[in-house]
Amino acid sequence: MARDGMFSRWRRTEKFEGMSGLSPSDCHDVHVLAVDDSLVDRKVIERLLKITSCKVTAVDSGRRALQFLGLDEEKSSVGFDGLKVDLIITDYCMPGMTGYELLKKIKGSSTFREVPVVIMSSENVLARIDSCLEEGAEDFIVKPVKLSDVKRLKDYMFGEDLIQGEGQVVNKRKLQEACEISSSPSSSPPSISSLSPLSSQSLSSSPSPRSSSPSSPSSLDSPTRRLKMTNCDT
Amino acid sequence: MEVGQLQRKFVDYTASLFCEGFLDEQFTQLQQLQDESNPDFVVEVVSLFFEDTEKLLNDLTRALDQQSVDFKKVDAHVHQLKGSSSSIGAQRVRNACIAFRNFCEEQNTDACSKCLLQVKQEYSLVKNKLDTLFRLEQQIVEAGGAVPMVG
Repeated sequence: MARDGMFSRWRRTEKFEGMSGLSPSDCHDVHVLAVDDSLVDRKVIERLLKITSCKVTAVDSGRRALQFLGLDEEKSSVGFDGLKVDLIITDYCMPGMTGYELLKKIKGSSTFREVPVVIMSSENVLARIDSCLEEGAEDFIVKPVKLSDVKRLKDYMFGEDLIQGEGQVVNKRKLQEACEISSSPSSSPPSISSLSPLSSQSLSSSPSPRSSSPSSPSSLDSPTRRLKMTNCDT
Repeated sequence: MEVGQLQRKFVDYTASLFCEGFLDEQFTQLQQLQDESNPDFVVEVVSLFFEDTEKLLNDLTRALDQQSVDFKKVDAHVHQLKGSSSSIGAQRVRNACIAFRNFCEEQNTDACSKCLLQVKQEYSLVKNKLDTLFRLEQQIVEAGGAVPMVG
């Protein structure tokens, strides 16, 4: 098959037989690392993620999360380098290491700083939300987490821009960045260079509205907005 | 009791729990996460909640019993309980925790002790209600019926 090269990236190749008619929510292997010290919340978030077709690893502390990612200074990663994490969702209030501290560690790592981190908290404190976003968090969810929260997250991060037939997990943000460097194929990462023309076409429409959009300065200043807009300057 | 009657009883009972504020829409969320592949999800989560709460209530009792009360610790426990009760939709327990936390902030031992009593009461109530609900579910299933989706 012409796509053999792509298949070597996949752990679950059986999903890619008969790819026609597969919906994005069924076929991609989004791996989420969920971090929460509450057993009840871990069980719920795990189920919420699984029901939206995500693969989940749930850990009970920031320390364990770092160990899993191989970022813990004390314990070296035991052959986890192949395990891709597409999203990290963490509780804010945890004993030992808070979600905020975990966020900083992740954003400070060259390997994982591109992985979107979402913070969950039962406390809807603006200052807290702001500091998390400033530190690079993708989103902030107020607990209790609902199915609609998880669906929304998954959709805007891994949703509509999925390449049909490739079945590859592509982070929408990265896709937007890639469309800007697609003019210089040598510099684009391998995963993006295999984009079918159709999909890059669907994206090329997005930069133009942005460049002419009358977005207010304050929205441009917001960290999440910056994240999405930086690479779309034409 | 035949299946139809049991199902009606179940529906009415569930509705009353929402009406009386014992449960809120987060409980409905949990019910929606249950399906044939995970038929016991709600019972499992609620059981975890019961275990977790019982431990927390013991810890709280001990903490408030100390000569010198560590309010930070007490608050941490209440925060945890508030979180888990909120996650399963145990509204009245959650609300009791909110009041409790205010008194922790004030470092008012007496008021905290009263709050703890209140939380224990609310927990006991909701536990009984949920146990009854799950028993009803079981009876329906044993009678060969399907558990109605409520809410």
